[in-house]
Amino acid sequence: MSKQLELRLSGSGGQGLITAGIILAEAALKDDKNAIQTQSYGPEARGGASKAEVIISDDVIDFPKVTMPNMTLALTQIASDKYIMDISEDGTVIVDDSIVLPEGIKAGKILRVPIIKTAKTEVGKEIVANIIALGLIVGLTGIVTRESLEAAIMSRVPRGTEELNKMALQKGYELAKLY
Amino acid sequence: MARQVKFLQGNEACVEGALMAGMRFYSGYPITPSTEIAELSAVRLPKLGGKFIQMEDEIAGIAAAIGASLTGLKSMTATSGPGFSLKQENIGYAALTEIPLVIVNVQRGGPSTGLPTAPGQGDVMQAMWGTHGDHPVICLTPDSVKETFDLTVRAFNLAEKYRTPVILLTDEITGHMREKIEIPDQSEIEVYNRKKPEKNEDYKAYKVYDGDIVPKMANFGEGFRYHVTGLMHDETGFPSNSTKNAGILMDRLMAKITDHLDDLVDYEEIEIEDAEYVIVAYGGNARTAKSAVKKLRAEGIKVGLFRPITLWPFAEARMNEISKNVKDILVTELNYGQLKLEVERVVRGNCPVRFFGKANGEILIPEELILNFKEVL
Repeated sequence: MSKQLELRLSGSGGQGLITAGIILAEAALKDDKNAIQTQSYGPEARGGASKAEVIISDDVIDFPKVTMPNMTLALTQIASDKYIMDISEDGTVIVDDSIVLPEGIKAGKILRVPIIKTAKTEVGKEIVANIIALGLIVGLTGIVTRESLEAAIMSRVPRGTEELNKMALQKGYELAKLY
Repeated sequence: MARQVKFLQGNEACVEGALMAGMRFYSGYPITPSTEIAELSAVRLPKLGGKFIQMEDEIAGIAAAIGASLTGLKSMTATSGPGFSLKQENIGYAALTEIPLVIVNVQRGGPSTGLPTAPGQGDVMQAMWGTHGDHPVICLTPDSVKETFDLTVRAFNLAEKYRTPVILLTDEITGHMREKIEIPDQSEIEVYNRKKPEKNEDYKAYKVYDGDIVPKMANFGEGFRYHVTGLMHDETGFPSNSTKNAGILMDRLMAKITDHLDDLVDYEEIEIEDAEYVIVAYGGNARTAKSAVKKLRAEGIKVGLFRPITLWPFAEARMNEISKNVKDILVTELNYGQLKLEVERVVRGNCPVRFFGKANGEILIPEELILNFKEVL
């Protein structure tokens, strides 16, 4: 993918989406790409819907914000209702399979993926849904190398959770193969 | 320690820069969107033998930093609009008493408590005129995380060199976004330290000795007898009502800026050489303008960007020169046209000066800037 990735990660506060955004951006730096991460602050960052945005590009990134993402992830219904309608024509929307999609949504691709279910039942911890999502996104786009992603995850996750997160990453890659 | 590539927020880069410049004291009162500067200073300073104090309010936040600087520690305080208003009195005090200090203002939407989590650039004129009385002002404004690091180092160096408070005027955009920064090794950083008197010298605290730009600064409490006051004072530092003396002191303070414009004024120019039109933008909003200029150039429109990095003193001579060769200047900023007034003043009618901005807490997107720019074509 030579085109710039403009990614919006949304869900509820506490799902680790800002961390996921930072991890993906740090992986991009390891690959010698440019990356910028921004997030929303204020009341909406607590509970309700929260979002983190990442731009990854081979070129210099001037404007730092995502206005029309070409990939949006939503892990909760509230986040989906609020954020997924803004998507570029050929963009990809990824939602957790628990989410009911709004009518009339237009996107290049719409994927409903059991991200949270996989986290709960196959990895055993819902908290790793963000890492599964990263595996899924990188599996689908190849925007960063797997080596860089794994290294970036390992340097950000708490000690003692490395194996859990590696397993989550693997599950994400496996999910990507199905879509 | 070698160079390190990191992915940081502007606020974090500010602290990294401050520490490399030699900051060993931070006092303040945390306020969004500058809080990360206080947080990281609290984590890092004690490990370096420095001090972090969370004060009871914004006024005490700057007052303690002034006191610490007087005892020899490089000091910083950070705030946002509401706190910047409260600090104004002490900014004037530091200017008249010639105490080096860095004040960071991460601008948010104002006035009053305004929009705590949203960007704004409404404190541009306040940075210049916020405290009463004529006084020297140095104000720097970065447009990236890396430049936030660089300008924080520069702010400390200028504060030490000219013995004056320096304002680093950032905004929520650059303060909170994370981007790549290569942090240089300490050995690559140029650090300027204030000149101190020799022990046996007949010390006059406010006398400029031959070859110096400013008076030598003794650490208060280290054996030199002197007085520090916000009243007009003579070379000893003690108050003086003499108008002759006040005139000499004021001239000397103001000349710190006017005699050193070449050292102080800094700006970035993009595609200015053959430009028929110029966009002026600074701080986080300059990122929007950079993107817009690239897109307009791709359409074959001869437009350039002039980005003041030093806001005060403003790049008056260069802006005037540019205005002689272009058809139109568009100033864009996240306020109702504060720097536009200054651009208009220095352009002296050489070309029309237009304005496009927003002050509702939103960032300008390149497309709306392009749309506005094209009205001139």
